[in-house]
Amino acid sequence: MFDKISFFPEQASTFANEVDVLYLTIWGLTIFFSALVVVMMLILGIRYRRHNKIDRTHPVHTHHGLELAWSVIPLILGLMIFAWGAKLYADAYKVPENAEEVFVIGKQWMWHLQHSNGIRENNELHVPVGRPFKLTMISQDVIHSFFIPAFRVKRDVLPGHYSSAWFTATKPGKYHLFCAEYCGNEHSRMVGSVYVMTPEDFQRWQDLKGTAGGELKNPVVKKTLADEGFEIFQSVGCSNCHVAEDTARAPSLNGIYGKKRQMQNGEVLLADRDYMRSNILTPNDKITAGYEATMPTYQGSLTEEQVNSLTAYMKTLGTPDEPKPAGGEIKVRAGKVVNPPPANSTKPATGTTTGGRL
Amino acid sequence: MSDIPVHHDPHSHDQPEPNYLNWSHTVKDWLLTGDHKRIGMLYLISVTIFFIVGGVAAMFIRVELLTPKADLFSLETYNRIFSAHGIVMIFFFLIPSIPATLGNFLIPLMIGAKDLAFPRLNLLSWYIYVIGGTFAVLALVFGGVDTGWTFYTPYSSMFSNGNVVLTIFAAFFAGFSSIFTGINFIVTIHKMRAPGMTWFRLPLFVWAHYATSLIMVLGTPVVAITLLLLVAERSLHLGIFNPNNGGDPVLFQHMFWFYSHPAVYIMILPGMGVISEIIACFSRKRIFGYSFVAFSSLAIALLGFFVWGHHMFTTGQSMYLGMVFSILSFMVAVPSAIKVFNWASTLHKGRVSFHSPMLYALGFMGLFLIGGLTGLFLSTMGVDIHLQDTYFVVAHFHYVMVGGAIMAFLGGVHFWWPKMTGRMYNENMAKVAAVMIFVGFNATFFPQFIVGYLGMPRRYAVYPEEFQFWHILSTMGATLLGLGYAMPGVYLVASLFNGKKAPANPWGAVGLEWHADSPPSPHNFHETPIVTWEAYEYDIDGEAGMYDGPLEGNEEKRTNFGGESGTEPAGHPAGD
Repeated sequence: MFDKISFFPEQASTFANEVDVLYLTIWGLTIFFSALVVVMMLILGIRYRRHNKIDRTHPVHTHHGLELAWSVIPLILGLMIFAWGAKLYADAYKVPENAEEVFVIGKQWMWHLQHSNGIRENNELHVPVGRPFKLTMISQDVIHSFFIPAFRVKRDVLPGHYSSAWFTATKPGKYHLFCAEYCGNEHSRMVGSVYVMTPEDFQRWQDLKGTAGGELKNPVVKKTLADEGFEIFQSVGCSNCHVAEDTARAPSLNGIYGKKRQMQNGEVLLADRDYMRSNILTPNDKITAGYEATMPTYQGSLTEEQVNSLTAYMKTLGTPDEPKPAGGEIKVRAGKVVNPPPANSTKPATGTTTGGRL
Repeated sequence: MSDIPVHHDPHSHDQPEPNYLNWSHTVKDWLLTGDHKRIGMLYLISVTIFFIVGGVAAMFIRVELLTPKADLFSLETYNRIFSAHGIVMIFFFLIPSIPATLGNFLIPLMIGAKDLAFPRLNLLSWYIYVIGGTFAVLALVFGGVDTGWTFYTPYSSMFSNGNVVLTIFAAFFAGFSSIFTGINFIVTIHKMRAPGMTWFRLPLFVWAHYATSLIMVLGTPVVAITLLLLVAERSLHLGIFNPNNGGDPVLFQHMFWFYSHPAVYIMILPGMGVISEIIACFSRKRIFGYSFVAFSSLAIALLGFFVWGHHMFTTGQSMYLGMVFSILSFMVAVPSAIKVFNWASTLHKGRVSFHSPMLYALGFMGLFLIGGLTGLFLSTMGVDIHLQDTYFVVAHFHYVMVGGAIMAFLGGVHFWWPKMTGRMYNENMAKVAAVMIFVGFNATFFPQFIVGYLGMPRRYAVYPEEFQFWHILSTMGATLLGLGYAMPGVYLVASLFNGKKAPANPWGAVGLEWHADSPPSPHNFHETPIVTWEAYEYDIDGEAGMYDGPLEGNEEKRTNFGGESGTEPAGHPAGD
């Protein structure tokens, strides 16, 4: 216990040092102003103590110059700290384009993580140093908060809405992962570890890590999230209506991700991750212009994991400018697929279909 | 001298008149009283009971956290204990502590009125508080609640299996009691000031309570509505905050903090009022920059309504919205700095004495400085990402709400105890307690800044071993702090039985309340005071220190309120 006393958490991300410098700067101001006031009171209190015979003529009751000074100086210092902090905040939540994505699903009381290449982890996250990672997070039940002190990264994980954060790890090691937002009985056990590895170690870890339940398997059949999404797309019946071209029943999904969509009620919405999710789970809330509300609701029958995979698949269906065909063209889309999934697969490859809560 | 034995002259005007405490002794006269002083005492007893309940919960928390494992309580029990601690301390102790006890007792006396504007509304507010308190106690007896005092959705509305609805009604009722108190204060301060008591002759205590009342009246209805919506979702399954029914969980946080951040200022502003009175009296000097201190209270109350989003920097609210909340939070530093520097400057060319109320006030200054300045870390968006929901936040708000508000509450109770009860307490014990509380408080909460920055999250019963050292320090400090808090309970109660009789003005203070008897008569003043002097006119005739009555044993008082009384203080002339 006593050999581990420290004042700062480890610095293991690119933010860590920047946050610490600002933190220490504010401590500097805190100590300076506290000392100023305390010393001022001590000196005045002792000098003008009751029985001390000292000149007390011409007391000052108000002094506009002083009032101005102790209003304006804290204001200026405050604004400087504000700007510095706002800059850091913008950096912390503005995800770089090239960041690799990790999905985080929070649920009472565990963290479930999915790498885009299909590797799954529970309460553990393995990342290499030097590469930016984006966390795309959602909760299955209550609000959680994903907190890695060594990275100085924290973001609330909300039900019904994706949130994101990012980091670039800098120092190999094992670090704490906490849930920071109170989430019920086992809140303090909703913890885990982040393993930061050298790129070589990370590569080895990836090669060894299988996709089935996160157990080590060798040899490994790589199945990306998009591949899983494709299987779900077939098995739950999406492909019955959503085909390569727009039909009378349903719009094509090719290339819609990231595009503006016109709704029946005149609204124009951006087809982002939240849009995809809500249109899979509760499709009749927002109807695309020109279509009827015929799609069934999937709320309760698809898990957040499955929705993630479906979205990952739909993202691969071309770009807004260059739509690529869906369906049978899977081999073309995913050149890295080793074994194309059977097109008539009857059940989803992952997760369960038993309900919204695992 | 008022202690002339009565049998010497039965018709003497010095014969003790009945005061508000002893004019009747029936329970009915206490429970149906409209007297603001009796209602203030009823509140004092009630909030003390809740302070003890919340304090016991705090000690359970500190003992559990001695070890990294959950060995004293189950996780579920721990969650219910910290929730009980927060709910009881905030809704049933801190919010009513100074306004409903000292404010109730002193505002009419300070402005020269017979009572508050609506005595029955005042009594009703106490009954509503008691009903709310009863709900809270019932919720505890039936097993408690595990949502924390913040009731975040959708946990509270859909998942928690505690007595959420009962607890919410407890908070709801407590809220209405403070709305009634606020309305009463605002009307009283506007309409019932004695002749000559202009706005800028009001003691700063009254200004602070005016600002507080504005928050109570404008903010509390919002939290009342929010809590009712939560009950509607939990009981009727209306989709308001639960995303599965189309609700927005973060909406709850916006609505909750819209009240609950200003609520922090409900807790601290009255304390600042108390500190102004004490510092002026024990420096024998007018508060430096009176009007700046008065208006800074209003500025804090106003700004307090526009900073709620600084509790939500990690929720994913818009970055630009966050920046607005951040910059406005830094603005709060300005009126706070104005107050602190003006208090410190008041000592200049004063006659400073260090009686126990002054020690509490100086302790307040130290703790409020740290509490306020550590707020800057949390207003700084980039740093708050790391600090949000850690023990750094816990330490910060305890410095403000416990270090600040309770220090001021105790300072006020010590300052006005002779007035309220007619008895003097043991001054030496009071000084020892003030020092113990100051030291114990820092030992408890300063380590929490460090362990918070290390990453220790709030509301954890189980934590990594490397944090244990700081938790042990904290629990040791809490033990000292608990003993410190227990001491006033002992010597103040003892003073009721064996304390020296208090004169009308034991500190030689100049506020109007010191013109009344100790304890005051049921109608406060024997005749309507006419105010012809400024607030804190300690250094009469322009020469500081002229007015230098003895701090104890001064049994004389200013009995007439004519123009001359302002220039002819009842104390002894200068020179010690």
